[in-house]
Amino acid sequence: MSKVKEFFAKIGRWFKSLVVAPSPEVEPKLKTFWNKQGTRNASSSLLAILSGVVIGFVFLLLFAIFSPAITFKSAIEAFRILIGGIFYTGRTDTGALSFGFNPQLFGDMLFRAMPLLMTGLSVAIAFKTGLFNIGASGQYLMGTWATLVVALSMDTTVVNPFFVWLLALLAGMAAGFLWGCIPGLFKAFLNVNEVITCIMTNWISINLVHWFFQADNNKGAAGAQFVNFVDNTKSGFILKTSTNGVVTPTFGMDKLFPGSQVSGGILIAIIVAIVLYIVINRTVFGYELRACGSNRHSAKYAGMNDTRSIILSMGIAGALAAAGASLYFLSGHTEYAWTNNMSLPAEGFNGIPVALLAYNNPIGTIFASMFMAYINIAGEQIRGATAYNKYISDLIVAIIIYLSAFSLLFKDILSGKIFAKKKAQEVAPATAETVAPAITEVEPQQNTEQEAGE
Amino acid sequence: MVFLLQQTIRYMVPMLIVALAGVFAERSGIINLALEGIMIMGAFICAAIVRVLQESGMFLPGSFGAQLSIIIGFILAAGIGAAFSLLLSYASIKWKADQTITGTALNLIAPAIVLFVANVFFNQNKIQLKIDAASWCIIKMPQGEGFFHDLLAIFFDRTYITTFICVAIFVVLSIILYRTKFGLRLRSCGEHPQAADSVGINVYKMRYIGTTISGALAGIGGYTYALTIDGGSATGAVAGFGFLALAIMIFGNWKPLNIAIVSFVFGLLKCLAAAYASIDINGDGIYLLKELSQNVAFFSSDLYNLLPYLVTLIVLAFTSKKSRAPKAEGIPYDKGQR
Repeated sequence: MSKVKEFFAKIGRWFKSLVVAPSPEVEPKLKTFWNKQGTRNASSSLLAILSGVVIGFVFLLLFAIFSPAITFKSAIEAFRILIGGIFYTGRTDTGALSFGFNPQLFGDMLFRAMPLLMTGLSVAIAFKTGLFNIGASGQYLMGTWATLVVALSMDTTVVNPFFVWLLALLAGMAAGFLWGCIPGLFKAFLNVNEVITCIMTNWISINLVHWFFQADNNKGAAGAQFVNFVDNTKSGFILKTSTNGVVTPTFGMDKLFPGSQVSGGILIAIIVAIVLYIVINRTVFGYELRACGSNRHSAKYAGMNDTRSIILSMGIAGALAAAGASLYFLSGHTEYAWTNNMSLPAEGFNGIPVALLAYNNPIGTIFASMFMAYINIAGEQIRGATAYNKYISDLIVAIIIYLSAFSLLFKDILSGKIFAKKKAQEVAPATAETVAPAITEVEPQQNTEQEAGE
Repeated sequence: MVFLLQQTIRYMVPMLIVALAGVFAERSGIINLALEGIMIMGAFICAAIVRVLQESGMFLPGSFGAQLSIIIGFILAAGIGAAFSLLLSYASIKWKADQTITGTALNLIAPAIVLFVANVFFNQNKIQLKIDAASWCIIKMPQGEGFFHDLLAIFFDRTYITTFICVAIFVVLSIILYRTKFGLRLRSCGEHPQAADSVGINVYKMRYIGTTISGALAGIGGYTYALTIDGGSATGAVAGFGFLALAIMIFGNWKPLNIAIVSFVFGLLKCLAAAYASIDINGDGIYLLKELSQNVAFFSSDLYNLLPYLVTLIVLAFTSKKSRAPKAEGIPYDKGQR
């Protein structure tokens, strides 16, 4: 009996230590947790997401007011589906919305999160080195191109399909690596802003791929053999890799989520994220990348090879984005359509919000990409169920990125700094002396935040 | 040849004006990556309003009514572009947010809003002006012969009124940027804001003004693009013209005259990409480029589409040491930092 009592007393003490400090030197555990960088970042992201969803709801209501075709009821319904997302299971006989576990949508979410996770990692690792990889779209395209060419051109009756699969994945990553190295080389040797070179390489890559596959106008196009001429109803599509027997192993995921598109790629992507987390935080190479991102010149002064760090960082970023494309198209049931050479694949750009929401933490990227896929699927369900369309989810995501640029503001709100400032101003005229120590308290905290942020 | 140059000017004008938009923002110290998004917003909202005006029957198909409706759309586009760019300047000036991220966010917000609204109200992904812009909104010259007529035809036959307005705006704003007190102050904020502040220039205000002018110009550019190149339809995309304008701005070394020359070259390439099969260069009835593309797959529209970006990349590689990018661009101005 006494052991049980002791156990409960222990739990009680632990809970007490969360809120009440045992001694003046030690602060309550909850406060320590709250002041941790990771908690701050996560709650700041959650605040951005919350604000984005609220603004999205306001948009829905506004359109219910201005459009005669849309009622308030459907605005509320659209919002419920937006929140319910993958748990939406259709309407009941009475026309009410019903929610529950929906294995198909759940699997689809995992499937769509996969390329977003990889492009998100791509943007995140570049950010760690202080580079903004807006070129993930182009790297994604080059990965698509190399993967499809290898997966479709090798004869699987001679070579083992799994070997072809591996080769296609590696070819995609190699293409992405090389393509990502271009902005890296420009940055490292010529100090040209990587944003500009990334934009240029993006548009070059879409035209290169279009050029390679466009067989309708030019029968002599190099990639004509990969075009889907079998299904006559389709134009501008490349054959699925499953036509050549090259498919990512599902690892039983299809049994878990029947009816969905899910493939084993998501597991591979999650493993990559974890490996990357270890590489960035626990290895010398990762430390050099981060040091280079904090201050290139001081990293060089400390004896690190800053050019190598920048080039490798961009190269790895490119390889990751390309791997996302490879896994996406190697799943076997996705087809690449090249008809449009005027717009870039959205997966590349959506890697940016994923990385931003995750504060460039590879583990956080997993959750951020799941969230993006969740809201994307919610948008499509809204299109089916109400008078609205799927672009509401794009809009909400865009608003969330815009808000996440305000991270400084959100962090100030969360740490109570804004309220503290107001209070300080109110108190200031009365007793200047009592405010002074409060200010000295705030300042060192700011410094530590900046250091940790870098 | 006349046709080729006419088309080139048509493609050149939106690039010219949007590249100048980039110059105004960057010279004041703000990287405006949102040019593409602002173009999309300007194009779409104005096309929608002009369409509603047309449906109300205020502007009958006729030269005067048509041109008036274009000019109304033009002014609206400037206003909407300026308003949309405030989202960028407020975040990056007041809250010192990362300008590239904010710009990217705006690039994503614009098409999302456009497609959402278009699908709610019009049940499709684009808005088409009620009457075919290519035949309705242009100014035509009487038929004629001879060299002198051809020369005039390049500039005045089948042109849109927006071409003249845009060129006029370009010239006036370039002069303002280089020959007035205001222009000097704006440029100083992009080079060394601390020094500018020390002589009494309000850096925040100048940056707000620079970005707002930039937004207005980009809105105009988007509207011009939708009207002239897209044939009067506005969709959730402007085919990367905003990014192309950035390339032009860099290629032109942030100087208006260079930008005019570069956008002519890029306009020529864009024109070739779109219409290489129907261009008869020397007027002898032989479509040289079309035959070339049929014989050698290398000369396709993708090649002409790709060249501007490739050339910019190569030029960047060779001129990076001499690049005259505004020194303080992209760095939020902090009064405490000297």
